[in-house]
Amino acid sequence: MLVLEQILNGLQLGVMLFLMSAGLTLVFGIMRVINLAHGSFYMIGAYVAATVAMKSGSFMLGLLAALPAAALVGMAVELLILRRLYHRDHLDQVLATFGLIFFFNELIRMIWGRQPLFMDVPPWLAGSVQLLPGIHYPVYRLAIILVGILVALFLYLLFSRTRLGMRIRAGATNREMVGALGVNIRLLYTLIFGLGTLLAGLAGVMAGPILAVEAGMGESILILTFVVIVIGGIGSVRGALVGAILVGLVDTLARSFLPDLFRLVLESSSAADRMGAALASMSVYIFMALILSFKPAGLFPVNQ
Amino acid sequence: MKKIILSICLLLFSASLALAGDPVKIGMITTLSTKAGYLGEDIRDGFKLAIAMENGKLGGVPVELLVDDDGRKPEKGRQIAERFIKKEKAKILTGIVFSNVAMAVVPKVVRQGFFYVSPNAGPSRLAGKGCDPNYFNVAWQNDNLSEVVGRYVRNKGFKNVYLLAPNYPAGKDALAGFKRFYQGKVAGEVYTTLGQSDYAAELATLRAAKPDAVFFFLPGGMGINFLKQYAQAGLKDSIPVFGPAFSFDERILKAVGDAAVGVVNGSQWSVDLDIPANKKFVEAFTKTYNRTPTLYASQGYDDALLIASALKAVSGDMSKTDEFRAALAKADFASVRGKFRFGANHHPIQDIYVRKVIKDEQGKVTNRILEKVFTDHHDAYSSECTMK
Repeated sequence: MLVLEQILNGLQLGVMLFLMSAGLTLVFGIMRVINLAHGSFYMIGAYVAATVAMKSGSFMLGLLAALPAAALVGMAVELLILRRLYHRDHLDQVLATFGLIFFFNELIRMIWGRQPLFMDVPPWLAGSVQLLPGIHYPVYRLAIILVGILVALFLYLLFSRTRLGMRIRAGATNREMVGALGVNIRLLYTLIFGLGTLLAGLAGVMAGPILAVEAGMGESILILTFVVIVIGGIGSVRGALVGAILVGLVDTLARSFLPDLFRLVLESSSAADRMGAALASMSVYIFMALILSFKPAGLFPVNQ
Repeated sequence: MKKIILSICLLLFSASLALAGDPVKIGMITTLSTKAGYLGEDIRDGFKLAIAMENGKLGGVPVELLVDDDGRKPEKGRQIAERFIKKEKAKILTGIVFSNVAMAVVPKVVRQGFFYVSPNAGPSRLAGKGCDPNYFNVAWQNDNLSEVVGRYVRNKGFKNVYLLAPNYPAGKDALAGFKRFYQGKVAGEVYTTLGQSDYAAELATLRAAKPDAVFFFLPGGMGINFLKQYAQAGLKDSIPVFGPAFSFDERILKAVGDAAVGVVNGSQWSVDLDIPANKKFVEAFTKTYNRTPTLYASQGYDDALLIASALKAVSGDMSKTDEFRAALAKADFASVRGKFRFGANHHPIQDIYVRKVIKDEQGKVTNRILEKVFTDHHDAYSSECTMK
């Protein structure tokens, strides 16, 4: 029973990671830009949603305000900053986007102050349901899983069924050729970046009612997001989906069951707790190292 | 270039102040950036309030407060301390929020003969083997606020408690402090990653362990996350949760909302503590900063009052080191906590309470004193302190 509940928890964490890593991997795979500031758009999404939801009392209004806000800020950042960095070294991009993290964190503190914001689960998603006898699961977390599945479906249709998706794929393969064929590649890049930050904003909105909405909240999820795209294969949305679910499951299951396993083996329970806790926090990275030793380019490498 | 101009301006500024009657410099090293920045902000604002209430003086002596942000980093705290002592010639330092920063700064500072008064961090080492005549802690020893919850939980007859804290020294101290006074059966003891945001896995395991109560120590944002998720998992009504005040200050409560209502937590101070000095403080703080003070603000304020009492005793003459030290040890000030005195290791001997989170008439979530659990509580490390 507990295992099933923990698998659901792992799925839910995986979905959050997918929303984050889909945007990041798109931007990297297609635009070749490492964007460390991706977590900032997650934060912006959460802040805007929390503010609008608090003022209007409606979670949906918060969501509707937060998505365009994250996308617009993202597109502005692309126009003003990233556009100048496409031809530069990755190190320059890392430095610039790392600087953006500080910029956005301070900006948020200037606008909203140091006080973390309050955001609650909308009443129609509050409470928990009984999935199987003995398993109660919060409705809100189920909703997160559902949203993740919908987004994955949407991205699949966008890339495989629409003209825009075709252009995006073409732009990723050969930027110059697509440009020569008359596609406005600059506009395309801005749109992709906007889509990536919109997804990050969506993740932020979904996280708002469960987590503390505070400046710097993006950094804690950012590291796992990078682990996900490295495991999935940098640039592959399918890889991001599989990687995110795997990372979510490994992290959750290790955290919940490793200490118990150690307790079976070791005599002293405090030593078992210590080792279990230490190993559980390392599990995701060990998992990444394992995957990379068999598949150095990740699970779904993108041919370049 | 800008830096040079700025330092010239600062020099001129300090020179003009020196002419105005040599204010005593107090160096405040505190945490103003990072997520935990609000702790330092409240300590600073509490301290500043005490100075403002005396029109720029403490104990009748003009003072100049220097503030700098350590960013939660021990090495940065050390650099700031160095600068305050060498360049600014400050004799009194204060302000550090986190124990790891305190451990890097305090022993070095007091060994050189300067004074350090802690408004927050109270690591066990500085209360025990590492105590020093020039070190004073006006807040508490780290374990105290967990100890009080341990005693309360035992008094209430809970017999199977589940413990949860982040995997770092202060987390282990908190659980040790709780167990020192609870002494009952432990249903499970879980150490999470520092800075963890999602607790779904831990909550599912906790539910399966079927404890009759939960004690957790998760300061700052971690506590907000945990409390929200605890309530969402439907556990709040079936298994009562307890913790030290660090997850229940008025700013955190504002972000947690209803999910925290009803939770009992341990603290040496509360906004509703019925003491004239406290009423005066709460009213002035709320009026000046337009927000409810936290326990950190109360500690910053007491910190300033303690220093004021000692400055008064030496009339601002910081060359009288022994008199200044003796005056600090006397703790002759009107604390917002009422009666207050120092033990042999210069840590407080004070009453400690449990508070309950309630929703007041205006719908604001805040703390109310539930009962006094410890009277004149000593910390557990005093006997190890030799004060050589």
